Amino acid sequence: MKRRYCTPLGPTWFLGRAGYRRFMAREATAFAMAAFLVYLLFLLRGLGRGYHDYLEIIELTKNPIAVFVLSLIFGAVLYHSFTWFNLTPKIMPMYVAEEKVPDFWAAILMGYLPWAAVTAVVLWGVLWWSG
Amino acid sequence: MSRPMGRPSQSSIRYSGPPMPAETITLDVFRFQPDGDGKTTFQKYDVPYHEHWVVLDALNWIKDEVDGTLTYRWSCRMGVCGSCGMMVDGVPKLSCAAFLKDYYPRAIRIEPLTYFTVERDLMIDQEGFLGKLKSIKPWLIRDDDQTPDGGEYLQTPDQLASYKQYSMCINCLLCYAACPVVGAEEDFIGPAAIALAQRYNLDSRDQGAAQRADALGAEEGVWGCTFVGECSEVCPKNVDPAGAIQRAKVDSVKTWYKKLLMPWGGS
Repeated sequence: MKRRYCTPLGPTWFLGRAGYRRFMAREATAFAMAAFLVYLLFLLRGLGRGYHDYLEIIELTKNPIAVFVLSLIFGAVLYHSFTWFNLTPKIMPMYVAEEKVPDFWAAILMGYLPWAAVTAVVLWGVLWWSG
Repeated sequence: MSRPMGRPSQSSIRYSGPPMPAETITLDVFRFQPDGDGKTTFQKYDVPYHEHWVVLDALNWIKDEVDGTLTYRWSCRMGVCGSCGMMVDGVPKLSCAAFLKDYYPRAIRIEPLTYFTVERDLMIDQEGFLGKLKSIKPWLIRDDDQTPDGGEYLQTPDQLASYKQYSMCINCLLCYAACPVVGAEEDFIGPAAIALAQRYNLDSRDQGAAQRADALGAEEGVWGCTFVGECSEVCPKNVDPAGAIQRAKVDSVKTWYKKLLMPWGGS
């Protein structure tokens, strides 16, 4: 009888190559992104309920463990965002006068620059509003 | 799809010809005989070490001098035909482009491309891939029936540049062996086939994008890809199939929205 063999995809396949590990880190940090958004929603809800409720949440997150966990989550959120900014030119290559813009500059123009601009506008708005 | 039957065993065959050069390198080669008991083994071969030799040279030396039963595919020996792809120390590579000097003095482990059914030793069954390739119709499709007498389809350098990168694919299948989705989803069309579909969709002479849309837009088409990106890393021709798939996703979404918003003619 003629037999066949096929290399299986093992449960730890993602440990096999650096590229696989980077991919899993990018995908896993999506959970941190979700956790961060939930935290922001709680903050917004607190704001909606009034200054007192908002301060209560801030007080809750002032202890060292909460600061440590939130810092980890924020770091993971930044990693997730930056890895996707860096991949954007692969998904949507940028052309100027029919010349392809190098991926490095395309990532800056399509990802980092708009992000920095929106952050600056939001910061300016918050500072202006708070007097 | 059959599964491995335990840990591969080790065995070795010794060379008995003229004296070997002072420097040798060991190749630890995967063996599988379909007519045997179905067990996989690794066989060690000591091979003369030459700085200019590639893995394929070493395999050819083994076949000529030590063990004629070793089976593998090769043809051009210069990275053009794409037939000598195999796992070299766990990385999908063309064996004609993997130099021994990059591994010496360590032993090199040689295995068939992962996620493919092995026919014998290092030779894989390509039938599944060829079926997938055919499903995306990798040829120029025209609405009209223009004969060669009607003249050429002219194309500007910019039009050529828009798809040229994807036309460099040599179907070596290294990208399939690097893609975990191929290992997990047997029906996934895979990087090379999708890159080739994109190559024709972007060709100004082609009018067959609508005919390829169903195969590309299916779950086992572009949406099966999770953007691991290793297909592009191992591609010996810098085709960037990962990029092609993501762009095909964008095109697929655009087509879907056009159909939704303009059902009278948005395809």
